[in-house]
Amino acid sequence: MSTLVDIRKLHRSFGGPAVLDSIDLTMAPGEFVALLGRSGSGKSTLLRVLAGLDTAPAQKLELPVRRSVVFQEPRLLPWKSVIENVALGVRRADARTLATQALADVGLSHRVDAWPLTLSGGEAQRSALARALVREPKLLLLDEPFAALDALTRLRMHDLVFELWRKHHPAVLLVTHDVWEAVALADRILVLDQGRFIKEIRVDIDHPRRRDDPRTSRIEAELLKELGVEPLHA
Amino acid sequence: MADTSTAAPATGQAPGRRGGRKLANTAMRLASPLAIILVWQLASMTGLLSPRILAGPSEIIATAGRLVASGELITGLVVSFLRVLAGFSIALVLGILLALVSGLSRLGETIIDPPIQMLKAMPFLGLLPLFILWFGIGEAPKIGLVAFGAVFPIYLTLHGGIRGIDKKLIEAGQTLELGTFGIIRHIVIPGALPSLLVGVRYGLSVAWLSLVVGEQINASSGIGYIITYARDFLQTDVIVVCLLVYAIMGLLTDGLVRMIEAYALRWRPEVIA
Ligand SMILES: Nc1ncnc2c1ncn2[C@@H]1O[C@H](COP(=O)(O)OP(=O)(O)OP(=O)(O)O)[C@@H](O)[C@H]1O
Ligand SMILES: [Mg+2]
Repeated sequence: MSTLVDIRKLHRSFGGPAVLDSIDLTMAPGEFVALLGRSGSGKSTLLRVLAGLDTAPAQKLELPVRRSVVFQEPRLLPWKSVIENVALGVRRADARTLATQALADVGLSHRVDAWPLTLSGGEAQRSALARALVREPKLLLLDEPFAALDALTRLRMHDLVFELWRKHHPAVLLVTHDVWEAVALADRILVLDQGRFIKEIRVDIDHPRRRDDPRTSRIEAELLKELGVEPLHA
Repeated sequence: MADTSTAAPATGQAPGRRGGRKLANTAMRLASPLAIILVWQLASMTGLLSPRILAGPSEIIATAGRLVASGELITGLVVSFLRVLAGFSIALVLGILLALVSGLSRLGETIIDPPIQMLKAMPFLGLLPLFILWFGIGEAPKIGLVAFGAVFPIYLTLHGGIRGIDKKLIEAGQTLELGTFGIIRHIVIPGALPSLLVGVRYGLSVAWLSLVVGEQINASSGIGYIITYARDFLQTDVIVVCLLVYAIMGLLTDGLVRMIEAYALRWRPEVIA
């Protein structure tokens, strides 16, 4: 299997103990990887290195050039309309056409000319997703993109992300606190703790995955235990 | 110039109120100034207030009409306006350039910011004698004083605006591979624009103030010249008319910037609503 991301012995510390302690990570093209871990375990730090927002020493750091990021906050430029924000992702003559299409893909055709500050949380996050995808990234980095949304909107976003992933097929690294989110979407789940991966689970279950499927429940329970949470109805 | 600050809150709170109440409110607020004008008029008519001290309202209105009709006032106004325009343009260009350099680079800030902070502490109107020594008594010291006074608010607000830009948006720009110039163009400048416009409004009021002072000395044209001339002939009515013209010009230029503001910042929800 070819690799898209190949990282060896990535190390990062901020003066104190290592936040990322000689991490190895490989991802195949189009692979959907979810990254779980307690707060402060270094998930965002890893994602920022992959995004090129942070530099850290590594033995090997192989990344595709075309990468996109969606953060927990939409980070849209408030002084540009939604479509201008999305079009900012590509520097091509037909940027506006591409942006229109990307916004249609996330179901925002009716908000194309809106100002970002007038969008709902879900709409803003969908715009951010459109801005990331319009670049046709090989690697899509998502740092808790749905954490600030209500439960219902979040479930809809899962479907949307899954659909978009099917359509564009980028490799995805999804940082999340939501164990079900990871199980529902990912091909592979990694658990980060104190700067190391302490668990790796492959999820070989067909989509759409159901929460009452015993196989997903088992994985969920296993992950929760790894994160130090005993499920109530184990 | 003082009118600017008192007039702003009154109009600012208006949209939230209902029409009738707003009207009643305006009428109430007008009652006291009207009463003062009435007393002033009575005092002038009865001879209690000598025209050498202060001309009466009706006299001032008549004088205003006469000065407009003779073209004197308009010519003076144009000259004064051009001085503000020239001085303020210099301040705007210089202030923006300095703020960009000092806001965008640490080295620039180290070089530019300390001397500006020091100069800012100086009572700039007191520099007029020096300006006259340096630039003579023509247009240069007047325009120079306007520019000098207005450059600080523009620099300070824009510099603060650039420094205050959300780092998260800059990061978003980096992940979109905008490049340094793209980030400056799409994020830094529009993000600092609200601050800059505050500085422009403040700078404009300082510009008119500087002009009032600068024009009192050695002016041979402009509103300030009309005032100086009137003073020599004890024409208090002319002086008051000229002061009113300054105030109106200050209000008009401020209103112009507000209009620009309303358009340029239309993305802000409070402007949309
Ligand atoms: N710029 C920085 N300077 C100093 N310490 C930092 C910096 N960035 C992150 N850290 C530290 O690194 C550790 C990991 O932070 P990181 O943001 O990667 O955690 P996380 O797993 O994303 O947590 P969360 O789930 O709460 O988002 C934390 O202890 C944090 O304090
Ligand atoms: Mg994080």
